[in-house]
Amino acid sequence: MTEPLAAPPKPLNPARSGVFRRLVQNPLGLAALIILAVVVLAGIVGPLVSPFAPNTADLVNALGAPGTAGHLLGTDSAGRDVFSRLLVGAQSTLLAAALAAIVALVVGLPAGLMAGYFGGWFDAVASWCTNVLMSLPAIIILLAASAALGRSVWISMTVFGVLMSPGIFRLTRTSVQAVRGELYVDAARVAGLSTASIIGRHILFVVRAPLIIQTSIVCGIAIAIQAALEFLGLGDPLTPTWGVMLNEGFINIYSSPILAVWPGVAISLTVGSFVVLGNALRDALEDSPKVKRARPIKLRAPQTESISVVDLAESDHLLSVSGLGVGYPQEDGSTKIVVSDVSFHVDRGEVLGIVGESGSGKSQTAFSILGLLPAEAEITRGNITFDGIPLVSAGQGPTGGHRLSQGRLAQLRGKRIAYIPQEPMSNLDPNFTIGYQLVRPLTKVLGLSKADARARALELLTIVGITNPQRTFDAYPHEVSGGMAQRVLIAGAVSCNPDLLIADEPTTALDVTVQAEVLDLLRDLQARFHMGVVLVTHNFGVVADLCDRVVVMQNGRVVESGDVRSILRNPQERYTQTLLSAMLEGKTPMTMLTMPVPDSDVKVGLS
Amino acid sequence: MNATPTGPNATGPNATGPNATGDLLRVDNLVVEYPGKGFRAAPFRALDHVSIRIGAGETLGLVGESGSGKTTLGRALLGLAPVSEGSVRFKGEDIGHAGRAKRRALSRDLQVVFQDPYTSLNPSMTVGDILAEPLTVQGRSPADARTRVREVLDQVGLPQDASGRLPREFSGGQRQRVAIARALVLSPKLIVCDEPVSALDLTTQARVLDLFLQIQRDTGVSYLFVSHDLDVVRHISHRVAVMYRGEIVEQGPAAQVTSDPEHPYTQRLLLASPVPDPDRQQVRRANRRRLIEAQAEQDVQAGVAA
Repeated sequence: MTEPLAAPPKPLNPARSGVFRRLVQNPLGLAALIILAVVVLAGIVGPLVSPFAPNTADLVNALGAPGTAGHLLGTDSAGRDVFSRLLVGAQSTLLAAALAAIVALVVGLPAGLMAGYFGGWFDAVASWCTNVLMSLPAIIILLAASAALGRSVWISMTVFGVLMSPGIFRLTRTSVQAVRGELYVDAARVAGLSTASIIGRHILFVVRAPLIIQTSIVCGIAIAIQAALEFLGLGDPLTPTWGVMLNEGFINIYSSPILAVWPGVAISLTVGSFVVLGNALRDALEDSPKVKRARPIKLRAPQTESISVVDLAESDHLLSVSGLGVGYPQEDGSTKIVVSDVSFHVDRGEVLGIVGESGSGKSQTAFSILGLLPAEAEITRGNITFDGIPLVSAGQGPTGGHRLSQGRLAQLRGKRIAYIPQEPMSNLDPNFTIGYQLVRPLTKVLGLSKADARARALELLTIVGITNPQRTFDAYPHEVSGGMAQRVLIAGAVSCNPDLLIADEPTTALDVTVQAEVLDLLRDLQARFHMGVVLVTHNFGVVADLCDRVVVMQNGRVVESGDVRSILRNPQERYTQTLLSAMLEGKTPMTMLTMPVPDSDVKVGLS
Repeated sequence: MNATPTGPNATGPNATGPNATGDLLRVDNLVVEYPGKGFRAAPFRALDHVSIRIGAGETLGLVGESGSGKTTLGRALLGLAPVSEGSVRFKGEDIGHAGRAKRRALSRDLQVVFQDPYTSLNPSMTVGDILAEPLTVQGRSPADARTRVREVLDQVGLPQDASGRLPREFSGGQRQRVAIARALVLSPKLIVCDEPVSALDLTTQARVLDLFLQIQRDTGVSYLFVSHDLDVVRHISHRVAVMYRGEIVEQGPAAQVTSDPEHPYTQRLLLASPVPDPDRQQVRRANRRRLIEAQAEQDVQAGVAA
């Protein structure tokens, strides 16, 4: 009853520890973390360990150079110890930045959650307010606020927090909108969770990561803005902050230029660390580990020549695939094989079905023929020959793979080899009309004139059974149904009279009645153009309807192949029998399907 | 083939016959409308005066094409779609406009399994937390919840160590078992199954269908089983309702509706599903073509007569 568990047991919560590990492994992230830790430590213990009180004036040693009279970094114009002020300043600087971030979160996060989750009038009002806030020039508002409300760093940072809240609001709102429609949120509603618990348990988690990143960046900006305000002389001169020190340094820039360097360095390092930390966090959270691999040197293996000769000799087949292997290189240097030693052939006018469950490698095999495997995939071995032209001819070793150059493949694709995908909608560009998408390949690939291409496209739409071709021609993809979109793609596929058509689950996404129509259409077109067809499917009904021969695949290997009648009626391999016994047609309703079934229960040839 | 169910269920309450007193769920003239797009646009009517009923221990299969409103009906029962007119009665009580507190009480008896096992489980919660959530909402103690979670994991055939793992560590079929387990933890009376096997491979589909049947035999739960696949619906249902463009066009015992349908759409649906044998499929194809031609002719004649 139980499917075997695919993955070996993993440590609990691999996500969280993984994020921290990836963060620390990133040198920039680690450096930022260390600098921030030092600054935070200075902020906490600074007032306790600073050698002098920050406001004690040692007028004798005013503007002293570093090292004078025990002043490590020297003194300012009032003889105050620069090092002590720097240490103590870390505290007020960090607290002010935290205040700005907290205000931004307190204003932006709940508003964003509510606007995203409920939408409606609250969303409209909140978004309008946000737009107004974002259109205000921050520095002018801050100057006005400090003029009206006093020169307190806390007031200006509170105002700044409000000004930064739209960023948090928008981020939260967008993230919430993305998950609001997820089925697990519906499931929580069915379970009777209150709205607050749904947001707290299911939705807040999603916005957590982007918010942490955004907050880190807000902190950095807040420190810079705070320093800028104080530099302009709007700070409280009695509070030792880095900005006030910068101002002091600027005043004495001619007498003691080094005074401006220390706060400048502190501000730059801290702000930079916050921004770098934000970026490193994003990388750690969002990017999956990248597989490094050396690109195999594309060499034609010496024996290829002889293989081709052998192939050509026996290759009166339209398409022949022999010993094909496809693998994905893994992080640890090994290769995960998804297709191994697959061989079959297709003749002109013949329909070959490739049947298997998800993960059987059937689509990977089809994509290998088209040369459309993902970039990370590798053809490890085997040959694919199309009408005497080698598409893939491999050397030996695991990395000796060789593919036909994309240029030569591109000449075959769309002219002699056509493709019908599983998801019709995602294979049409929503930005262009269907007519445009049909006409463009006709002019580009076949070199027809615009008028000719247009006439041909309309003719093709008629051929695939669209009753009002002009209307479909002018329509955008979202204006037609899924079945109609699949007809359009089929029209595009046969537009060049291809010799070989590769259809990857062409009816899986369609309703049963529409599936029957599309199958009828494929059968008619196959006979009309005398095409060879490779039909990838998991449905034995579709196989019975269309195919002449069948290849059954499991775990990347061919389990069984042969004539459609012998495979469907008299399967030899246990796996094929299991697949067929899972079909519901002809079974007694309300009986178990996977219990050991005596042969007599499988009704064949009746009804 | 008659309408009497086979297997142990036949010994249970009379599940197939109309059971006026024992109707667990009764939906009368349900209308669901969504506001139209654009200013003063006419509302979109997703369900048009739909009436169904489901008895205790009974499965009603609901079949129809995409956009026919079959999913909307399930969502309306669960309070996820707005009820514009008509009534939804569960155990005699009108639940069409139930509030959050009422829903919480109702969730003990009325549960759901969604189609997509990939988006119906929160990717950041462990399977144990996902399964315990409905229990803790009902105020069960954590220890209590853990015991019950162990029971349902057993019931759906998942290993006990599944509790500590995240959904992404499981295959599609196993995730659907988790979703079924979540629907089962509160021992509900009715589970709305919204295309629960459509996203699964054939052999996995067979195993999950077996699981649904086994659970019904063990617990006597009722299903509203929504699917676009007539074969699936025939296999699992006592009665079948056919939905077409927001209306129920045919309703009756499963064997009758799925083998000798009356409505033209159901007839087309029946012959559209391909059979796994080339020669029988050829016959079916020819029958289907004849049927469509005959129906087109009837439509023309009706058009002339009108």
